[in-house]
Amino acid sequence: MERIYLDNNATTIVDPVVKEAMDPFYCQMYGNPNSLHSFGTEVHPYMKIALDRLYSGINARDEDDILITSCATESNNTVIKGIYYSLIRTGRKSQVITTQVEHPCVANSCRFLESLGTDVVYLPVNEDGIVTPEILREYINPDKTALVSIMWANNETGLIFPIKELCKVTHENGALFHTDAVQAIGKIPVNVQETGVDFLSFSGHKFHARKGVGGLYVRKGTDLPTFMHGGEQMASRRAGTIDVPGFIGMGLAMELAVRNLEYEATEVRRLRDKLEDAILSLKDVLVVGRREIRTPNTILASIRGVEGEALIWDLNRSGVAASTGSACASESLESNPTFVAMCISDELAHTGIRLSLSRFTTEEEIDRSILVIRQSIERLRNISSR
Amino acid sequence: MAKKDLIGGSLWEQYSDKVTQRMVNPAFMGDITEEEAEKLGGKLIIADWGAEACGDAVRLYWVVEPETDKILKARFKTFGCGTAIASSDVMAEMCIGKTVDQVLKITNLDVERGLRDSEDTPAIPPQKMHCSVMAYDVLKKAASLYKDVDMESLEGEEIVCQCARVSLKTIRDVIRLNDLQTVEDVIHYTKAGAFCKSCIRPGGHEPRKYYLENILREVRHEMEMESVSGHAAVSDFAQMTLIQKHRAVEAVIDKEVRPILLLDGGNLEVVDMKEHPDHTEIFISYSGACKGCPSSQTFTLQKIENSLREKLSERIKVTPV
Repeated sequence: MERIYLDNNATTIVDPVVKEAMDPFYCQMYGNPNSLHSFGTEVHPYMKIALDRLYSGINARDEDDILITSCATESNNTVIKGIYYSLIRTGRKSQVITTQVEHPCVANSCRFLESLGTDVVYLPVNEDGIVTPEILREYINPDKTALVSIMWANNETGLIFPIKELCKVTHENGALFHTDAVQAIGKIPVNVQETGVDFLSFSGHKFHARKGVGGLYVRKGTDLPTFMHGGEQMASRRAGTIDVPGFIGMGLAMELAVRNLEYEATEVRRLRDKLEDAILSLKDVLVVGRREIRTPNTILASIRGVEGEALIWDLNRSGVAASTGSACASESLESNPTFVAMCISDELAHTGIRLSLSRFTTEEEIDRSILVIRQSIERLRNISSR
Repeated sequence: MAKKDLIGGSLWEQYSDKVTQRMVNPAFMGDITEEEAEKLGGKLIIADWGAEACGDAVRLYWVVEPETDKILKARFKTFGCGTAIASSDVMAEMCIGKTVDQVLKITNLDVERGLRDSEDTPAIPPQKMHCSVMAYDVLKKAASLYKDVDMESLEGEEIVCQCARVSLKTIRDVIRLNDLQTVEDVIHYTKAGAFCKSCIRPGGHEPRKYYLENILREVRHEMEMESVSGHAAVSDFAQMTLIQKHRAVEAVIDKEVRPILLLDGGNLEVVDMKEHPDHTEIFISYSGACKGCPSSQTFTLQKIENSLREKLSERIKVTPV
């Protein structure tokens, strides 16, 4: 049975072109780029190209930094804990603002700061499921707020936050703005100059690069202490020998992601809408968030009478991979915080299932998924009588 | 934490084959109509049970033979995850052929055991034990409907941890006997709280009547009171001798007050005690940073008095000298 992968917000297939581009850096050009001999220096031109691709992918200026990290989790930790050391521990500011719907790497880093005595505000979302500039304005405090950290797009719902406006409010109040853009890169345009963000995190494996490599954009002139101390890599701002193949692959993946944005906005969106329409044609189904303000690949649906873990278990048996935020499916039995913050319906926390496509998803896959999803829903509704 | 915990996403790998089979093909899923019950010559019982926080709801159908109280047929409908469906299915099967009283002896532990592939390997991961509880609760509900009694009357003892079915009495006894100091110890010794973790402290998976943290605190407090009074029976402050009272006051100050004062470089000493007709007056003397601190006459003083009142007796007054 050919399996169908509809969990692209969790991770993506490595684009075969990207895999090919990484290959020479395993057994041929395997030098440490910090070495002075030819093994080290021969990789420099490739690294420069990769860096160019990353800079141009998010429209960074040459004077800004894009640090290569291990993943967005590391990037997010670097910013949040770094700001603690530079602005909060020194007594210059005392507060960090984030949202109730962040990924655990932001949420738990903020909780760690709280345990150190930092005042952390978790912004609620509005009825559309997003944080608006008005909400931020209510809580931000020019004397206290050091950092505002708000995701560009939500991993569960795909809802896109108004980053430019949120960043503006932040700067008007003298604070720094960080965004976790993990779910935005490769799905919608991401432009650091246009939005004015100070820090931006991304992970390669969410846009068809390999797992284990990510990036952190740092605007010139922002005060961010080193998180990983060690050698002189990345101008000493992020020590540790660079993952050369991963970095070079991520550079190409970024270029391809940007080149395919049009395809995402049209074809991926068309397939997503087809799948969404088919699910919505069943009775007692709800999809979270208006389509216009969502990334083009994501559906978060609540199917009445069908518990999320039971559904993804059933789909998995039929070869369709999806994910759920249901409390029953987590190791800790805790409901997904996004679902709790959304408060759309009490059932959502138990019946939410997320389907996320990529540019590798085909029409045949969507057609077969529709059949499989219909069958599973019918079977489980028969068991639950709802 | 250890090697086995380092790779996540293993939830489904921990389901037994029986769980999988029953999830895919629940043989006892379905409903029973009045007509069918009549044809079988029994009384139809329909019991609903839902654990809201879990997002699970189960409906159990029984046909019970009135002369013998024997369950002739059982079916279920479940809204819930795979383990909830599998638990419901094995539970319904277990009912068939038993009397209502016999069924009442089935617990969620039997349901889980019924799903095991081999005797020693749990059928489901610890946090999923919770699903079997729902299967047990609906049995009790059905029995209470049949017997026309309250569900509570069918429960012999106060259960703190439903997943592992550990009673309040057991937990209290184990804390005392083993002189347990931490919640982790209590979980380790009793297995209560080791599964869905709801009963450890408020704010977990679902709200509970009792929490291990509170039980431990209460029992520890009782044990302390007994040791300070030197007599197991005297835990009432009013009945203590003056020396016992002094020891009790010192114990509370040592535990509740002094650590906080020390953090700020302060301290205090109990210098005297005086019995009044309606209260005991305790004289204290501050030292270190507390001396001359404005809060020592207001908030700090209030905190000290509140601690003593809460732990020992409402009839206590604290006077700084």
